[in-house]
Amino acid sequence: MTTQTSHIEFQDVTISYGKEIALRDISLAIPEHTIFGIIGPANAGKTTLLKSINRTLEFEPNAKTVGKILVHGTDVSHIKNVYALRRRIGMVFPLPVGLPMSVYENVAYAPRRAGIHDRQELDELVKHCLKQSMLWDEVKDRLTLLGTKLSGGQQQRLTIARALSHKPEILCLDEFSIAIDPVTTMKIEDVLLELKKEMTIILVTNLVQQARRLADHTAFFNKSEMIEVGPTEKIFSNPEQQLTHDYVTGDFG
Amino acid sequence: MLLLLLLDRNTTKGNLSFRRSFQQLQDRLEPVVVGVIYICGWSAILFVIAIFVFVFKESLPAITGIGTEIAAGEIEVEQLDLVEFTTSPRWIPESSKKPAFGILALIVGTLSVTFFSILLAVPLGLGAAVYVSEFAGNKTREILKILIELLAAIPSVVWGFIGIVIMNPLITNLSGEAVGLNILNAGIVLALMSVPIIVSVSEDALRAVPDSFREAGLAMGANRWEMIYKVLFPAAKNGLLAAVLLGIGRGIGETMAVLMCTGHSVNMPTSLFDPVRTLTATIAAELGEAVRGDLHYHTLFLIGVVLFAFAFIINLTADLVVKGVRDQSNV
Repeated sequence: MTTQTSHIEFQDVTISYGKEIALRDISLAIPEHTIFGIIGPANAGKTTLLKSINRTLEFEPNAKTVGKILVHGTDVSHIKNVYALRRRIGMVFPLPVGLPMSVYENVAYAPRRAGIHDRQELDELVKHCLKQSMLWDEVKDRLTLLGTKLSGGQQQRLTIARALSHKPEILCLDEFSIAIDPVTTMKIEDVLLELKKEMTIILVTNLVQQARRLADHTAFFNKSEMIEVGPTEKIFSNPEQQLTHDYVTGDFG
Repeated sequence: MLLLLLLDRNTTKGNLSFRRSFQQLQDRLEPVVVGVIYICGWSAILFVIAIFVFVFKESLPAITGIGTEIAAGEIEVEQLDLVEFTTSPRWIPESSKKPAFGILALIVGTLSVTFFSILLAVPLGLGAAVYVSEFAGNKTREILKILIELLAAIPSVVWGFIGIVIMNPLITNLSGEAVGLNILNAGIVLALMSVPIIVSVSEDALRAVPDSFREAGLAMGANRWEMIYKVLFPAAKNGLLAAVLLGIGRGIGETMAVLMCTGHSVNMPTSLFDPVRTLTATIAAELGEAVRGDLHYHTLFLIGVVLFAFAFIINLTADLVVKGVRDQSNV
Protein backbone atom coordinates (compact mmCIF):
# COMPACT_ATOMS: atom_id res chain seq x y z
CA MET A 1 0.00 0.00 0.00
CA THR A 2 2.40 2.65 1.22
CA THR A 3 5.80 2.77 2.77
CA GLN A 4 4.20 3.06 6.20
CA THR A 5 4.57 -0.02 8.35
CA SER A 6 1.38 -1.98 8.64
CA HIS A 7 -0.13 -2.12 12.09
CA ILE A 8 -2.62 -4.88 11.58
CA GLU A 9 -2.37 -7.57 8.97
CA PHE A 10 -4.82 -10.24 7.89
CA GLN A 11 -3.25 -13.14 6.06
CA ASP A 12 -5.66 -15.49 4.29
CA VAL A 13 -8.12 -15.31 7.14
CA THR A 14 -11.28 -17.38 6.96
CA ILE A 15 -13.73 -17.29 9.85
CA SER A 16 -16.75 -19.53 10.15
CA TYR A 17 -19.56 -20.05 12.62
CA GLY A 18 -20.21 -23.74 12.41
CA LYS A 19 -20.94 -24.40 8.76
CA GLU A 20 -21.66 -20.81 7.93
CA ILE A 21 -18.69 -18.87 6.63
CA ALA A 22 -18.57 -15.31 7.92
CA LEU A 23 -15.36 -14.16 6.26
CA ARG A 24 -13.69 -15.85 3.33
CA ASP A 25 -10.00 -15.63 2.59
CA ILE A 26 -9.34 -12.09 3.72
CA SER A 27 -5.90 -10.58 3.24
CA LEU A 28 -5.33 -6.95 4.03
CA ALA A 29 -2.89 -4.67 5.76
CA ILE A 30 -3.81 -1.65 7.80
CA PRO A 31 -1.06 0.97 8.05
CA GLU A 32 -0.22 2.70 11.30
CA HIS A 33 -1.80 6.05 12.14
CA THR A 34 -4.46 5.90 9.49
CA ILE A 35 -8.20 5.57 9.47
CA PHE A 36 -9.21 2.41 7.73
CA GLY A 37 -12.80 2.43 6.55
CA ILE A 38 -14.81 -0.75 6.09
CA ILE A 39 -18.07 -0.47 4.22
CA GLY A 40 -20.57 -3.02 3.00
CA PRO A 41 -24.12 -4.22 3.47
CA ALA A 42 -25.40 -6.14 6.46
CA ASN A 43 -24.05 -9.63 7.03
CA ALA A 44 -20.87 -8.91 5.13
CA GLY A 45 -18.65 -9.96 8.04
CA LYS A 46 -17.55 -6.50 9.12
CA THR A 47 -18.22 -6.96 12.83
CA THR A 48 -16.68 -10.42 12.78
CA LEU A 49 -13.52 -8.86 11.39
CA LEU A 50 -13.31 -6.44 14.32
CA LYS A 51 -14.03 -9.09 16.91
CA SER A 52 -11.31 -11.31 15.51
CA ILE A 53 -8.65 -8.67 16.22
CA ASN A 54 -9.20 -8.46 19.98
CA ARG A 55 -10.32 -12.08 20.14
CA THR A 56 -13.72 -11.39 21.63
CA LEU A 57 -14.81 -13.69 18.83
CA GLU A 58 -13.79 -16.54 21.11
CA PHE A 59 -17.01 -16.07 23.03
CA GLU A 60 -19.02 -17.26 20.08
CA PRO A 61 -19.12 -20.93 20.97
CA ASN A 62 -18.58 -22.29 17.46
CA ALA A 63 -16.48 -19.62 15.80
CA LYS A 64 -13.42 -20.93 14.00
CA THR A 65 -10.56 -18.88 12.59
CA VAL A 66 -8.13 -20.08 9.94
CA GLY A 67 -5.20 -17.95 8.83
CA LYS A 68 -3.12 -15.34 10.61
CA ILE A 69 -4.07 -12.05 12.18
CA LEU A 70 -0.99 -10.00 13.04
CA VAL A 71 -0.80 -6.95 15.27
CA HIS A 72 2.62 -5.37 14.97
CA GLY A 73 3.82 -8.60 13.45
CA THR A 74 2.62 -10.79 16.32
CA ASP A 75 0.01 -13.43 15.64
CA VAL A 76 -2.84 -12.61 18.02
CA SER A 77 -3.75 -16.25 18.46
CA HIS A 78 -0.31 -16.81 20.00
CA ILE A 79 -0.70 -14.06 22.56
CA LYS A 80 -0.96 -15.68 25.97
CA ASN A 81 -2.42 -12.81 27.94
CA VAL A 82 -5.51 -12.08 25.92
CA TYR A 83 -6.61 -9.44 28.45
CA ALA A 84 -3.45 -7.43 27.81
CA LEU A 85 -4.16 -7.62 24.08
CA ARG A 86 -7.68 -6.34 24.61
CA ARG A 87 -6.38 -3.44 26.63
CA ARG A 88 -4.37 -2.34 23.60
CA ILE A 89 -7.49 -2.23 21.46
CA GLY A 90 -10.43 0.08 22.05
CA MET A 91 -13.79 -1.26 20.91
CA VAL A 92 -17.02 0.59 20.27
CA PHE A 93 -20.05 -1.48 19.37
CA PRO A 94 -23.05 -0.32 17.36
CA LEU A 95 -25.44 -0.44 20.31
CA PRO A 96 -24.58 1.75 23.27
CA VAL A 97 -23.44 -0.08 26.37
CA GLY A 98 -23.33 2.02 29.52
CA LEU A 99 -21.97 -0.41 32.06
CA PRO A 100 -23.82 -0.54 35.39
CA MET A 101 -21.37 1.65 37.25
CA SER A 102 -21.10 5.42 37.54
CA VAL A 103 -20.25 7.53 34.51
CA TYR A 104 -16.92 8.34 36.12
CA GLU A 105 -16.22 4.71 36.89
CA ASN A 106 -17.10 3.66 33.34
CA VAL A 107 -14.21 5.73 32.09
CA ALA A 108 -11.86 5.39 35.06
CA TYR A 109 -12.06 1.62 35.29
CA ALA A 110 -9.47 0.72 32.69
CA PRO A 111 -6.86 3.32 33.69
CA ARG A 112 -7.24 2.42 37.34
CA ARG A 113 -6.72 -1.18 36.44
CA ALA A 114 -3.61 -0.16 34.53
CA GLY A 115 -2.22 1.21 37.78
CA ILE A 116 -3.25 4.87 37.81
CA HIS A 117 -4.58 5.57 41.28
CA ASP A 118 -3.79 9.24 41.73
CA ARG A 119 -7.17 10.90 42.07
CA GLN A 120 -6.17 14.07 40.25
CA GLU A 121 -4.61 12.19 37.37
CA LEU A 122 -7.72 10.03 37.05
CA ASP A 123 -9.98 13.09 37.14
CA GLU A 124 -7.97 14.70 34.37
CA LEU A 125 -8.04 11.55 32.29
CA VAL A 126 -11.78 11.05 32.69
CA LYS A 127 -12.39 14.67 31.74
CA HIS A 128 -10.10 14.39 28.73
CA CYS A 129 -11.77 11.22 27.41
CA LEU A 130 -15.27 12.56 27.97
CA LYS A 131 -14.31 15.75 26.16
CA GLN A 132 -12.95 13.78 23.24
CA SER A 133 -16.22 11.90 22.94
CA MET A 134 -18.18 15.17 23.18
CA LEU A 135 -19.98 14.08 26.33
CA TRP A 136 -18.24 16.16 28.99
CA ASP A 137 -20.53 19.18 28.86
CA GLU A 138 -23.61 17.04 29.34
CA VAL A 139 -22.40 14.92 32.25
CA LYS A 140 -19.81 17.03 34.07
CA ASP A 141 -22.27 17.78 36.89
CA ARG A 142 -23.45 14.22 37.33
CA LEU A 143 -20.45 11.96 37.05
CA THR A 144 -21.83 9.72 39.78
CA LEU A 145 -24.94 8.88 37.77
CA LEU A 146 -25.25 5.26 36.79
CA GLY A 147 -23.96 4.79 33.23
CA THR A 148 -27.11 2.90 32.27
CA LYS A 149 -29.26 5.94 33.12
CA LEU A 150 -27.91 8.09 30.31
CA SER A 151 -29.82 8.43 27.05
CA GLY A 152 -28.92 6.14 24.17
CA GLY A 153 -26.79 8.70 22.37
CA GLN A 154 -25.04 9.70 25.58
CA GLN A 155 -24.32 6.09 26.41
CA GLN A 156 -22.78 5.64 23.00
CA ARG A 157 -20.45 8.56 23.59
CA LEU A 158 -19.69 7.13 27.01
CA THR A 159 -18.72 3.92 25.24
CA ILE A 160 -16.35 5.88 23.04
CA ALA A 161 -14.85 7.64 26.05
CA ARG A 162 -14.39 4.27 27.69
CA ALA A 163 -12.67 2.88 24.64
CA LEU A 164 -10.26 5.84 24.67
CA SER A 165 -9.62 5.64 28.40
CA HIS A 166 -6.92 2.99 28.23
CA LYS A 167 -5.07 4.87 25.49
CA PRO A 168 -5.39 2.09 22.96
CA GLU A 169 -3.08 1.78 19.99
CA ILE A 170 -5.97 0.56 17.88
CA LEU A 171 -9.50 1.95 18.01
CA CYS A 172 -12.24 -0.13 16.42
CA LEU A 173 -15.49 1.69 15.78
CA ASP A 174 -18.41 -0.45 14.72
CA GLU A 175 -21.07 1.85 13.30
CA PHE A 176 -20.51 4.19 16.20
CA SER A 177 -22.83 6.92 14.96
CA ILE A 178 -26.09 4.95 14.77
CA ALA A 179 -27.41 6.33 18.05
CA ILE A 180 -25.84 9.79 17.84
CA ASP A 181 -27.33 12.89 16.27
CA PRO A 182 -25.67 14.26 13.10
CA VAL A 183 -24.20 17.39 14.68
CA THR A 184 -22.46 15.47 17.46
CA THR A 185 -21.38 12.87 14.94
CA MET A 186 -19.61 15.54 12.90
CA LYS A 187 -17.85 16.79 16.03
CA ILE A 188 -16.71 13.27 16.92
CA GLU A 189 -15.50 12.80 13.36
CA ASP A 190 -13.25 15.83 13.81
CA VAL A 191 -11.91 14.28 17.01
CA LEU A 192 -11.19 11.05 15.14
CA LEU A 193 -9.09 12.91 12.59
CA GLU A 194 -7.09 14.30 15.52
CA LEU A 195 -6.80 10.91 17.21
CA LYS A 196 -5.27 9.45 14.09
CA LYS A 197 -1.93 10.89 15.21
CA GLU A 198 -2.02 8.72 18.31
CA MET A 199 -3.60 5.51 17.10
CA THR A 200 -4.80 3.43 14.21
CA ILE A 201 -8.52 3.59 13.69
CA ILE A 202 -10.70 0.98 12.04
CA LEU A 203 -14.04 2.46 11.12
CA VAL A 204 -16.86 0.12 10.18
CA THR A 205 -19.71 2.18 8.89
CA ASN A 206 -22.99 1.98 7.09
CA LEU A 207 -22.72 5.58 6.09
CA VAL A 208 -20.72 5.44 2.91
CA GLN A 209 -20.07 9.16 3.02
CA GLN A 210 -18.64 8.89 6.50
CA ALA A 211 -15.97 6.53 5.22
CA ARG A 212 -15.31 8.94 2.38
CA ARG A 213 -14.91 11.86 4.76
CA LEU A 214 -12.64 10.12 7.24
CA ALA A 215 -10.88 7.09 5.88
CA ASP A 216 -7.46 7.03 4.29
CA HIS A 217 -8.09 3.56 2.94
CA THR A 218 -11.39 1.85 2.43
CA ALA A 219 -12.33 -1.78 1.99
CA PHE A 220 -15.63 -2.90 0.56
CA PHE A 221 -17.05 -6.12 1.92
CA ASN A 222 -19.96 -8.07 0.55
CA LYS A 223 -21.29 -11.53 1.44
CA SER A 224 -18.28 -12.58 3.54
CA GLU A 225 -15.77 -11.51 0.93
CA MET A 226 -13.61 -8.49 0.51
CA ILE A 227 -14.49 -7.17 -2.91
CA GLU A 228 -12.01 -4.35 -3.10
CA VAL A 229 -9.55 -2.40 -1.00
CA GLY A 230 -7.60 0.73 -1.78
CA PRO A 231 -7.11 4.41 -1.11
CA THR A 232 -10.45 5.94 -0.28
CA GLU A 233 -10.46 8.35 -3.18
CA LYS A 234 -9.92 5.54 -5.62
CA ILE A 235 -12.65 3.38 -4.12
CA PHE A 236 -15.11 6.21 -4.39
CA SER A 237 -14.18 7.79 -7.68
CA ASN A 238 -12.64 5.04 -9.70
CA PRO A 239 -13.26 1.59 -8.27
CA GLU A 240 -12.08 -1.47 -10.14
CA GLN A 241 -15.12 -3.61 -9.41
CA GLN A 242 -18.58 -2.87 -10.74
CA LEU A 243 -20.08 -4.01 -7.42
CA THR A 244 -18.05 -1.44 -5.48
CA HIS A 245 -19.10 1.25 -7.87
CA ASP A 246 -22.74 0.30 -7.46
CA TYR A 247 -22.49 0.31 -3.68
CA VAL A 248 -20.74 3.62 -3.24
CA THR A 249 -23.04 5.34 -5.66
CA GLY A 250 -26.08 3.89 -3.94
CA ASP A 251 -27.11 1.80 -6.93
CA PHE A 252 -26.91 -1.48 -5.08
CA GLY A 253 -29.19 -4.44 -4.64
CA MET B 1 -57.18 -16.35 23.20
CA LEU B 2 -57.40 -19.18 20.68
CA LEU B 3 -60.56 -17.62 19.34
CA LEU B 4 -58.75 -14.36 18.77
CA LEU B 5 -55.94 -16.10 16.94
CA LEU B 6 -58.49 -17.73 14.72
CA LEU B 7 -60.11 -14.40 14.05
CA ASP B 8 -56.73 -12.95 13.24
CA ARG B 9 -56.07 -15.56 10.62
CA ASN B 10 -59.45 -14.97 9.06
CA THR B 11 -58.90 -11.26 8.78
CA THR B 12 -55.85 -11.76 6.65
CA LYS B 13 -57.68 -14.07 4.26
CA GLY B 14 -61.31 -13.09 3.96
CA ASN B 15 -62.64 -10.50 1.60
CA LEU B 16 -63.01 -6.88 2.56
CA SER B 17 -66.47 -6.88 4.14
CA PHE B 18 -65.71 -10.08 5.98
CA ARG B 19 -62.53 -8.58 7.30
CA ARG B 20 -64.29 -5.49 8.44
CA SER B 21 -66.97 -7.38 10.34
CA PHE B 22 -64.33 -9.57 12.00
CA GLN B 23 -62.40 -6.52 13.01
CA GLN B 24 -65.54 -5.07 14.54
CA LEU B 25 -66.13 -8.30 16.41
CA GLN B 26 -62.57 -8.22 17.67
CA ASP B 27 -62.99 -4.65 18.82
CA ARG B 28 -66.16 -5.55 20.64
CA LEU B 29 -64.48 -8.53 22.30
CA GLU B 30 -61.68 -6.37 23.59
CA PRO B 31 -63.44 -5.28 26.83
CA VAL B 32 -64.21 -8.93 27.60
CA VAL B 33 -60.57 -9.92 27.27
CA VAL B 34 -59.47 -6.95 29.32
CA GLY B 35 -62.06 -7.87 31.94
CA VAL B 36 -60.78 -11.45 32.18
CA ILE B 37 -57.23 -10.17 32.61
CA TYR B 38 -58.41 -7.82 35.36
CA ILE B 39 -60.08 -10.69 37.17
CA CYS B 40 -56.90 -12.79 36.93
CA GLY B 41 -54.88 -9.96 38.41
CA TRP B 42 -57.26 -9.14 41.21
CA SER B 43 -57.96 -12.76 42.15
CA ALA B 44 -54.37 -13.14 43.30
CA ILE B 45 -54.79 -10.20 45.64
CA LEU B 46 -58.15 -11.53 46.75
CA PHE B 47 -56.71 -14.89 47.78
CA VAL B 48 -53.94 -13.27 49.77
CA ILE B 49 -56.43 -11.06 51.56
CA ALA B 50 -58.75 -14.00 52.22
CA ILE B 51 -55.98 -16.06 53.79
CA PHE B 52 -54.88 -13.02 55.78
CA VAL B 53 -58.36 -12.44 57.13
CA PHE B 54 -58.86 -16.11 57.98
CA VAL B 55 -55.61 -16.49 59.89
CA PHE B 56 -56.13 -13.21 61.74
CA LYS B 57 -59.70 -14.07 62.63
CA GLU B 58 -58.70 -17.46 63.99
CA SER B 59 -55.88 -15.98 66.04
CA LEU B 60 -57.88 -13.11 67.50
CA PRO B 61 -59.64 -15.05 70.36
CA ALA B 62 -56.22 -15.90 71.82
CA ILE B 63 -55.69 -12.19 72.45
CA THR B 64 -59.22 -11.11 73.33
CA GLY B 65 -59.91 -14.12 75.53
CA ILE B 66 -61.89 -17.34 75.26
CA GLY B 67 -64.78 -17.88 77.57
CA THR B 68 -65.63 -21.41 78.72
CA GLU B 69 -68.56 -22.21 80.93
CA ILE B 70 -67.21 -24.33 83.78
CA ALA B 71 -70.37 -24.32 85.84
CA ALA B 72 -73.82 -22.83 85.45
CA GLY B 73 -73.45 -19.10 85.20
CA GLU B 74 -69.72 -19.27 85.85
CA ILE B 75 -67.46 -18.38 82.94
CA GLU B 76 -63.73 -18.77 83.01
CA VAL B 77 -61.88 -16.60 80.58
CA GLU B 78 -58.65 -17.90 79.17
CA GLN B 79 -56.40 -15.32 77.62
CA LEU B 80 -52.94 -15.31 76.14
CA ASP B 81 -50.33 -13.24 77.93
CA LEU B 82 -48.74 -11.37 75.02
CA VAL B 83 -45.61 -10.51 76.98
CA GLU B 84 -45.13 -14.18 77.83
CA PHE B 85 -45.92 -15.09 74.23
CA THR B 86 -43.16 -12.94 72.76
CA THR B 87 -40.48 -13.10 75.45
CA SER B 88 -40.69 -16.49 77.11
CA PRO B 89 -38.78 -19.45 75.74
CA ARG B 90 -41.18 -21.86 77.46
CA TRP B 91 -43.61 -23.60 75.12
CA ILE B 92 -45.67 -26.17 77.08
CA PRO B 93 -49.17 -25.89 75.61
CA GLU B 94 -50.49 -29.27 76.72
CA SER B 95 -49.54 -29.00 80.36
CA SER B 96 -52.63 -29.63 82.48
CA LYS B 97 -51.29 -27.74 85.49
CA LYS B 98 -49.79 -24.63 83.99
CA PRO B 99 -49.53 -24.40 80.23
CA ALA B 100 -46.96 -21.93 78.85
CA PHE B 101 -47.16 -20.27 75.47
CA GLY B 102 -43.80 -18.61 74.89
CA ILE B 103 -42.54 -18.70 71.31
CA LEU B 104 -39.14 -17.01 71.74
CA ALA B 105 -37.34 -20.36 71.46
CA LEU B 106 -39.35 -21.18 68.33
CA ILE B 107 -38.46 -17.85 66.72
CA VAL B 108 -34.80 -18.28 67.57
CA GLY B 109 -35.01 -21.84 66.22
CA THR B 110 -36.48 -20.70 62.92
CA LEU B 111 -34.02 -17.84 62.54
CA SER B 112 -30.94 -19.84 63.45
CA VAL B 113 -31.75 -22.66 61.05
CA THR B 114 -32.65 -20.23 58.27
CA PHE B 115 -29.58 -18.05 58.85
CA PHE B 116 -27.23 -20.99 58.84
CA SER B 117 -28.78 -22.47 55.71
CA ILE B 118 -28.57 -19.14 53.87
CA LEU B 119 -24.95 -18.83 54.90
CA LEU B 120 -24.31 -22.08 53.05
CA ALA B 121 -26.80 -21.74 50.21
CA VAL B 122 -26.02 -18.24 48.91
CA PRO B 123 -22.34 -18.72 48.04
CA LEU B 124 -23.04 -22.21 46.74
CA GLY B 125 -26.07 -21.10 44.71
CA LEU B 126 -24.50 -17.96 43.26
CA GLY B 127 -21.32 -19.82 42.44
CA ALA B 128 -23.28 -22.52 40.67
CA ALA B 129 -25.31 -19.91 38.78
CA VAL B 130 -22.16 -18.12 37.61
CA TYR B 131 -20.67 -21.42 36.51
CA VAL B 132 -23.79 -22.53 34.65
CA SER B 133 -24.38 -19.21 32.93
CA GLU B 134 -20.82 -18.04 32.25
CA PHE B 135 -18.40 -20.94 32.17
CA ALA B 136 -20.22 -24.14 31.31
CA GLY B 137 -20.39 -25.20 27.68
CA ASN B 138 -23.75 -25.44 25.98
CA LYS B 139 -24.20 -29.15 26.60
CA THR B 140 -23.02 -29.05 30.20
CA ARG B 141 -25.33 -26.11 30.84
CA GLU B 142 -28.40 -27.95 29.56
CA ILE B 143 -27.61 -31.05 31.58
CA LEU B 144 -26.89 -29.05 34.72
CA LYS B 145 -30.08 -27.05 34.40
CA ILE B 146 -32.17 -30.20 34.09
CA LEU B 147 -30.44 -31.76 37.09
CA ILE B 148 -30.87 -28.62 39.18
CA GLU B 149 -34.54 -28.48 38.35
CA LEU B 150 -34.80 -32.13 39.30
CA LEU B 151 -33.21 -31.25 42.63
CA ALA B 152 -35.93 -28.66 43.17
CA ALA B 153 -38.60 -31.29 42.56
CA ILE B 154 -37.51 -33.58 45.40
CA PRO B 155 -40.31 -33.56 48.02
CA SER B 156 -39.34 -32.05 51.34
CA VAL B 157 -40.18 -35.24 53.23
CA VAL B 158 -37.48 -37.00 51.24
CA TRP B 159 -35.03 -34.32 52.30
CA GLY B 160 -36.11 -34.89 55.89
CA PHE B 161 -35.54 -38.59 55.40
CA ILE B 162 -32.02 -37.91 54.12
CA GLY B 163 -31.44 -35.71 57.15
CA ILE B 164 -32.45 -38.43 59.56
CA VAL B 165 -30.98 -41.46 57.86
CA ILE B 166 -27.77 -40.09 56.31
CA MET B 167 -26.85 -36.78 57.93
CA ASN B 168 -27.77 -37.82 61.44
CA PRO B 169 -25.27 -40.70 61.80
CA LEU B 170 -22.70 -38.69 59.84
CA ILE B 171 -22.90 -35.84 62.31
CA THR B 172 -22.86 -38.08 65.37
CA ASN B 173 -19.82 -39.94 64.04
CA LEU B 174 -17.88 -36.82 63.12
CA SER B 175 -18.73 -34.66 66.10
CA GLY B 176 -19.25 -37.17 68.86
CA GLU B 177 -22.58 -35.64 69.81
CA ALA B 178 -25.20 -38.05 71.05
CA VAL B 179 -27.84 -36.98 68.53
CA GLY B 180 -27.27 -35.57 65.08
CA LEU B 181 -30.63 -33.86 64.66
CA ASN B 182 -29.82 -30.21 65.21
CA ILE B 183 -29.30 -26.77 63.63
CA LEU B 184 -26.34 -28.08 61.63
CA ASN B 185 -28.33 -30.96 60.16
CA ALA B 186 -31.42 -28.91 59.35
CA GLY B 187 -29.32 -26.02 58.06
CA ILE B 188 -27.45 -28.20 55.60
CA VAL B 189 -30.61 -29.94 54.42
CA LEU B 190 -32.41 -26.61 54.06
CA ALA B 191 -29.42 -25.15 52.18
CA LEU B 192 -29.52 -28.02 49.72
CA MET B 193 -33.24 -27.42 49.29
CA SER B 194 -32.89 -23.71 48.59
CA VAL B 195 -29.86 -23.99 46.30
CA PRO B 196 -31.91 -25.03 43.25
CA ILE B 197 -34.17 -21.98 43.61
CA ILE B 198 -31.25 -19.63 44.09
CA VAL B 199 -29.42 -21.16 41.14
CA SER B 200 -32.28 -21.07 38.69
CA VAL B 201 -33.47 -17.56 39.56
CA SER B 202 -30.00 -16.03 39.61
CA GLU B 203 -28.97 -17.93 36.50
CA ASP B 204 -31.95 -16.39 34.71
CA ALA B 205 -30.92 -12.98 36.00
CA LEU B 206 -27.36 -13.42 34.76
CA ARG B 207 -28.50 -14.74 31.39
CA ALA B 208 -30.75 -11.71 31.01
CA VAL B 209 -27.73 -9.40 30.98
CA PRO B 210 -27.12 -8.67 27.30
CA ASP B 211 -23.96 -10.12 25.77
CA SER B 212 -22.92 -6.63 24.76
CA PHE B 213 -22.22 -5.96 28.45
CA ARG B 214 -19.89 -8.94 28.60
CA GLU B 215 -18.14 -7.95 25.40
CA ALA B 216 -17.81 -4.34 26.55
CA GLY B 217 -16.41 -5.42 29.89
CA LEU B 218 -13.90 -7.75 28.31
CA ALA B 219 -13.01 -5.28 25.57
CA MET B 220 -12.19 -2.88 28.38
CA GLY B 221 -9.45 -5.29 29.41
CA ALA B 222 -11.15 -6.76 32.44
CA ASN B 223 -10.52 -10.44 32.95
CA ARG B 224 -13.28 -12.97 33.29
CA TRP B 225 -13.80 -12.69 37.03
CA GLU B 226 -13.54 -8.88 37.08
CA MET B 227 -16.13 -8.72 34.33
CA ILE B 228 -18.49 -10.95 36.30
CA TYR B 229 -17.91 -9.05 39.52
CA LYS B 230 -17.88 -5.50 38.17
CA VAL B 231 -20.34 -5.77 35.29
CA LEU B 232 -22.61 -8.80 35.55
CA PHE B 233 -23.36 -8.69 39.27
CA PRO B 234 -24.38 -4.99 39.28
CA ALA B 235 -26.37 -5.45 36.10
CA ALA B 236 -28.22 -8.49 37.45
CA LYS B 237 -28.41 -7.08 40.99
CA ASN B 238 -32.19 -7.11 41.36
CA GLY B 239 -32.57 -10.66 40.09
CA LEU B 240 -29.78 -11.91 42.32
CA LEU B 241 -31.34 -10.24 45.34
CA ALA B 242 -34.67 -11.80 44.47
CA ALA B 243 -32.97 -15.19 44.31
CA VAL B 244 -31.45 -14.80 47.75
CA LEU B 245 -34.75 -13.63 49.24
CA LEU B 246 -36.63 -16.52 47.69
CA GLY B 247 -34.05 -18.75 49.34
CA ILE B 248 -34.67 -17.09 52.71
CA GLY B 249 -38.42 -17.36 52.18
CA ARG B 250 -38.04 -21.04 51.48
CA GLY B 251 -36.01 -21.43 54.66
CA ILE B 252 -38.54 -19.71 56.87
CA GLY B 253 -41.54 -21.38 55.30
CA GLU B 254 -40.16 -24.91 55.04
CA THR B 255 -41.92 -27.27 57.43
CA MET B 256 -41.55 -30.97 56.92
CA ALA B 257 -37.78 -31.20 56.44
CA VAL B 258 -37.03 -29.01 59.46
CA LEU B 259 -39.59 -30.86 61.54
CA MET B 260 -37.64 -34.04 60.85
CA CYS B 261 -34.09 -32.68 61.00
CA THR B 262 -34.03 -30.14 63.83
CA GLY B 263 -34.75 -32.60 66.56
CA HIS B 264 -37.99 -30.75 67.24
CA SER B 265 -37.30 -29.88 70.83
CA VAL B 266 -38.04 -26.51 72.39
CA ASN B 267 -34.66 -25.13 73.23
CA MET B 268 -32.69 -21.89 73.18
CA PRO B 269 -29.68 -22.98 71.12
CA THR B 270 -26.14 -22.05 72.10
CA SER B 271 -24.28 -24.01 69.44
CA LEU B 272 -24.80 -25.53 66.01
CA PHE B 273 -25.15 -28.93 67.63
CA ASP B 274 -28.20 -27.95 69.68
CA PRO B 275 -31.58 -29.27 68.63
CA VAL B 276 -34.26 -26.63 68.10
CA ARG B 277 -37.88 -26.33 67.08
CA THR B 278 -39.24 -23.98 64.44
CA LEU B 279 -42.47 -22.01 64.16
CA THR B 280 -43.69 -23.92 61.12
CA ALA B 281 -42.95 -27.34 62.53
CA THR B 282 -44.82 -26.46 65.71
CA ILE B 283 -47.96 -25.58 63.79
CA ALA B 284 -47.70 -28.69 61.62
CA ALA B 285 -47.14 -31.02 64.55
CA GLU B 286 -49.71 -29.59 66.94
CA LEU B 287 -52.63 -28.18 65.00
CA GLY B 288 -54.12 -31.62 64.41
CA GLU B 289 -53.95 -32.43 68.10
CA ALA B 290 -55.15 -29.13 69.51
CA VAL B 291 -58.77 -28.95 70.63
CA ARG B 292 -60.58 -26.79 68.16
CA GLY B 293 -61.48 -23.50 69.77
CA ASP B 294 -59.25 -23.63 72.84
CA LEU B 295 -56.35 -21.35 73.66
CA HIS B 296 -53.74 -23.69 72.20
CA TYR B 297 -55.59 -23.81 68.87
CA HIS B 298 -55.89 -20.05 68.56
CA THR B 299 -52.31 -19.49 69.68
CA LEU B 300 -51.09 -21.72 66.85
CA PHE B 301 -52.88 -19.35 64.47
CA LEU B 302 -51.16 -16.45 66.15
CA ILE B 303 -47.87 -18.16 65.29
CA GLY B 304 -49.14 -18.14 61.72
CA VAL B 305 -49.55 -14.38 62.01
CA VAL B 306 -45.96 -14.13 63.24
CA LEU B 307 -44.85 -16.06 60.14
CA PHE B 308 -46.84 -13.62 58.04
CA ALA B 309 -45.00 -10.80 59.72
CA PHE B 310 -41.66 -12.40 58.89
CA ALA B 311 -42.62 -12.74 55.24
CA PHE B 312 -43.77 -9.14 55.19
CA ILE B 313 -40.55 -7.88 56.75
CA ILE B 314 -38.43 -9.83 54.26
CA ASN B 315 -40.34 -8.47 51.30
CA LEU B 316 -40.27 -4.93 52.64
CA THR B 317 -36.53 -5.14 53.28
CA ALA B 318 -36.03 -6.42 49.76
CA ASP B 319 -37.99 -3.50 48.32
CA LEU B 320 -36.09 -0.99 50.42
CA VAL B 321 -32.72 -2.51 49.62
CA VAL B 322 -33.42 -2.53 45.90
CA LYS B 323 -34.70 1.02 46.05
CA GLY B 324 -31.78 2.11 48.22
CA VAL B 325 -29.27 0.74 45.77
CA ARG B 326 -31.10 2.49 42.99
CA ASP B 327 -31.23 5.86 44.75
CA GLN B 328 -27.63 5.75 45.77
CA SER B 329 -26.50 5.50 42.18
CA ASN B 330 -28.76 8.37 41.24
CA VAL B 331 -27.21 11.13 43.36
